[in-house]
Amino acid sequence: MKKLIVAFLLAVTPMLGLAAGGGVPLDDADIDLSDQASLQRGAKYFMNYCLSCHSAKYQRYNRMAKDLGLTEQEVIDNLMFTTDKIGQTMNIAMTAEKGTEWFGNPPPDLSVIARARGVDWLYTYLRGFYLDEKRPFGVNNRVFPDVGMPNVLWQLQGDQKAIYKTEVHNGTETEVLERLEPAGEGTMSPEEFDQVARDITAFLSYIGEPIQMERKRLGVWVLLFIAVFFVMSYLLKKEYWKDVH
Amino acid sequence: MSMMKNFMTWIDDRYPATKVWNEHLAQYYAPKNFNFWYFMGSLALLVLVIQILTGVWLAMNYKPDAELAFGSVEYIMRDVDWGWLIRYMHSTGASAFFVVIYLHMFRGLMYGSYRKPRELLWIIGVIIYLAMMATAFFGYLLPWGQMSYWGAQVIVNLFSAVPVIGPDLGVWVRGDYVISDATLNRFFALHFLLPFILAALVFIHIVALHKVGSNNPDGVEIKKGPKGNRWSDKAPADGIPFHPYYTVKDIAGVAGFLFIFAAVVFFAPEMGGYFIEHPNFEPANPLKTPEHIAPVWYFTPFYAILRAVPSIAGSAFPGVVAMFASILIMFFMPWLDRSPVKSIRYKGGLYKAMLWIFVVNFILLGYLGTQPTTDLYKLLAQIGTIYYFAFFLLMPIYSKMDNTKPVPERVTE
Repeated sequence: MKKLIVAFLLAVTPMLGLAAGGGVPLDDADIDLSDQASLQRGAKYFMNYCLSCHSAKYQRYNRMAKDLGLTEQEVIDNLMFTTDKIGQTMNIAMTAEKGTEWFGNPPPDLSVIARARGVDWLYTYLRGFYLDEKRPFGVNNRVFPDVGMPNVLWQLQGDQKAIYKTEVHNGTETEVLERLEPAGEGTMSPEEFDQVARDITAFLSYIGEPIQMERKRLGVWVLLFIAVFFVMSYLLKKEYWKDVH
Repeated sequence: MSMMKNFMTWIDDRYPATKVWNEHLAQYYAPKNFNFWYFMGSLALLVLVIQILTGVWLAMNYKPDAELAFGSVEYIMRDVDWGWLIRYMHSTGASAFFVVIYLHMFRGLMYGSYRKPRELLWIIGVIIYLAMMATAFFGYLLPWGQMSYWGAQVIVNLFSAVPVIGPDLGVWVRGDYVISDATLNRFFALHFLLPFILAALVFIHIVALHKVGSNNPDGVEIKKGPKGNRWSDKAPADGIPFHPYYTVKDIAGVAGFLFIFAAVVFFAPEMGGYFIEHPNFEPANPLKTPEHIAPVWYFTPFYAILRAVPSIAGSAFPGVVAMFASILIMFFMPWLDRSPVKSIRYKGGLYKAMLWIFVVNFILLGYLGTQPTTDLYKLLAQIGTIYYFAFFLLMPIYSKMDNTKPVPERVTE
């Protein structure tokens, strides 16, 4: 019977592999949430480049100050452009109606975008804009085709162009995006720009769940406590069960 | 000490406290050969308590309003003291509940715990399972994310597939033509109510259990065996007092369970998108249908059955019938199994093979239910559905022809 189970599992396993596919391969974001400097830079880029069209309406400034090792005054002086109250959340002036008018869809709130999309997706997305004359802002994105957003980081990154290859599926030829190539100089080198994308991604991951570092830190102690409790309860059980024959 | 004794006498003259304690714990004799699988009952009770307590505390800050619900969950996660922990315990608890209940049900299947005289105990258990599914379904709408919204839309539409009364039934359930604020509000009310009904059903389940006594891995009735053990002359020789022996054992089981539970809560609360689904971090949007809608993992085997059954004349009703039948068929287990023995230990290879394939098949259906349909997957789900029903419907035949082994007189170690 065991052979039968093994045979069945072997028959099923290849399907599991197939199921993963779909979409553009994502680059590893490789973020480090314990790196406060990275998070602080991410906050700076976020406030300057994102937080005029996108809100983060569940994230409070003073919470960010505390978690990123900044004083409230530093945040007020350097990072607050849309409000003046440190206890407020990161709201924007642009309404959903205006957003729809200008971009086709209202730019989504970014509070939990890292949890909805995943950090690798965000990292690849931020680096995935390329020139496309068919789009209203002249750019398209490889992981989010026909996205309404312009490449707000183009000055840093420089333009990119898409290199296509021809693939044949069931006899019909289709043009498939193979990779992106630089098509103009930015103010940063590709490595520097990747770090910018990584910092923003790290910051988005942080605001997605501000407690996450603390949660893991606490978790170690909780597990240690339960492990000790388990040993004690097991010994207690053994002691009692000496009676049972 | 004598004051304590006087106090208990005072109580016992007015309420059967000592009597209940003795009858259900200190002098309740359970078989001494329980194994790993017998932790699941007490763990299910633990998870129910976790769910009710965390649920009540969540309700103190949650807003059942289509405009506010999503934000109130984020408020709990960020601004409520320990709100994140309460919420993750609740979301992990929902999945943990189904994990321990599936293992608990599988234990019943393995050791024949549904057989005479435990038919009613099993039936109450299936009712509890149905109540749990309803509770989980109502609760899943509350975070008001995309998957909450569209999952509920899909499930409520099943009711709309019922011939003649379907469309009206759908509107009656939703309180609207689509899932909306009205639906969210009533689902919240029902999600708050059902756990207490669940608790009452669990109480009835335990009353029924204590009437007939626990089964055990050997499927031997200890009440029919010899009498007399070190605690009592009249008690079954193979029984031991539930308290303290199984209470201390269950505490160790609880510690083991909590270790895994806490590992998920603190280190992987989303569990790779299976316990908290990624699309649910996008607020519900009635105008934007997600590419792929799948219920949470614990419903997916039944969802796979639903999708596997072809529509007749454009109506998905046959699939709906199959899905409900796949759950309701469990009620008949006590009468489907015609084997002369209860426990898998003494059943033959045929029954063992059928049961193990059933387990693999159930997991396979569960996996298929999470995936978008393709021709291959649909075919597999159809084969899986046929096997699922064959396991139950052919049981009277194969359980009877199986070569069983002799059952010992007494429980084995």
